[in-house]
Amino acid sequence: MTVSIRVIPCLDVDEGRVVKGVNFLDLRDAGDPVELAARYNREGADELIFLDITASSSDRSTMYDVVRRTAESVFIPLTVGGGVRAVDDFDRLLRAGADKVSLNTSAIADPDLLSDAAERFGAQCVVLSVDARRCPEGITTDSGFEVTTHGGRRSTGIDAVAWCIEGTRRGAGEILLNSMDADGTKHGYDLALIEMVRREVTVPLIASGGAGSIEDFVPAVVAGADAVLAASVFHFGQLRIDEVKRALAEAEFPVR
Amino acid sequence: MNAPTVHILDYGSGNLRSAHRALERVGAQVTVSADYDAGMAADGLLVPGVGAYAACMEGIRQVRGERLVDRRLAGGRPVMGICVGMQVLFDRGDEHGIETEGLGEWPGVVEQLQAPVLPHMGWNTVSVAHDSVLFDGVLGERFYFVHSYAVRTWDFVVTDPRRTAPQVTWSHHGEDFVAAVENGPLVATQFHPEKSGDAGLHLLENWVRSLA
Repeated sequence: MTVSIRVIPCLDVDEGRVVKGVNFLDLRDAGDPVELAARYNREGADELIFLDITASSSDRSTMYDVVRRTAESVFIPLTVGGGVRAVDDFDRLLRAGADKVSLNTSAIADPDLLSDAAERFGAQCVVLSVDARRCPEGITTDSGFEVTTHGGRRSTGIDAVAWCIEGTRRGAGEILLNSMDADGTKHGYDLALIEMVRREVTVPLIASGGAGSIEDFVPAVVAGADAVLAASVFHFGQLRIDEVKRALAEAEFPVR
Repeated sequence: MNAPTVHILDYGSGNLRSAHRALERVGAQVTVSADYDAGMAADGLLVPGVGAYAACMEGIRQVRGERLVDRRLAGGRPVMGICVGMQVLFDRGDEHGIETEGLGEWPGVVEQLQAPVLPHMGWNTVSVAHDSVLFDGVLGERFYFVHSYAVRTWDFVVTDPRRTAPQVTWSHHGEDFVAAVENGPLVATQFHPEKSGDAGLHLLENWVRSLA
């Protein structure tokens, strides 16, 4: 008996519609989130992640409605992130039907939000989402990776690995590790980044960014990921969830 | 025949929508509130629970959940606990050195799992108890777990020959732990059946059917 490697489609949601673009700059419509969620559930997705990418600037009620409708028809775990700024946002999302809530920029601005949410709702529903990249010129960190915000466009100078450690110390129960270098390239996950974070944290680790072909998933798990996330390869039918699972099973990793 | 009624005890613990809809999906008529009388009246009572043991116990006490569970069980009326809702049925929880008294329906202590990665988060297999009713038709399936604490030993000895011993289902993450218990009217799962896809719905359907 071993817990299986989770395969997670991520749905970027903009005003109630799923979008996914290369490096977040060129958005393309890939459908209704509730329908897509149901489809992924049927295809064997182990979990779903909704990322509200317009949350910072527009009304979030559309997202609550998407979460509510999804939770009414799909009975697998649902993580929701994007624009969550206060413990009350957490509460509303959980009540709408989310099981976990991911924090990204708001946790950088206010790290206490991680501790407060973990204390009130439990570490198991607090996901720290980290948009990491190799340090560009002029920025130095111990790990060589820094945390970015605004979809990778803005530098923070914070050491990405140290931030993962700090985040889990504050109560995050899971890390969603996005490589901004790999995101949208379809050249595979950033294995060095995964390995570095895996060495330092004991919470589950979701690898994200770069999945482009069926060969990309096993190396991420070998590097230490407990779950693998992908978006566009699933949305545009390039890969199916069961194909990814078969590849993992052939490498003798447990899958559902 | 009327659909069995299930009351979900709402004491402020997380996402209740999934359990609500999952139970409806498998044929139950569901109510959700902190109301004691509604909890007494339903055919089945569901005790959910996520987060810290101490916080859940405090929430349960505030809505007189302790008495509700006791009264129902005294009358042989079904109760189901899920996740921390299962853990509180044991003697006590020990989280970060904080000991919290539970409902004490079963002997045992809820302690941190010894495993390299915690929380135990994801789909795991279970070793189903012989003669299980809850898992009827759902053998060999994986269920969704999310927890760091669990009951690691089970030493409930039934001395009264008229009573049957509880059926205990186990799982493993770093070490063996109790994944489900079936004990007459009182059943519980450490995993989340309402989040375990078709396998979870099937298990809930087995429970709802037993209420009829």
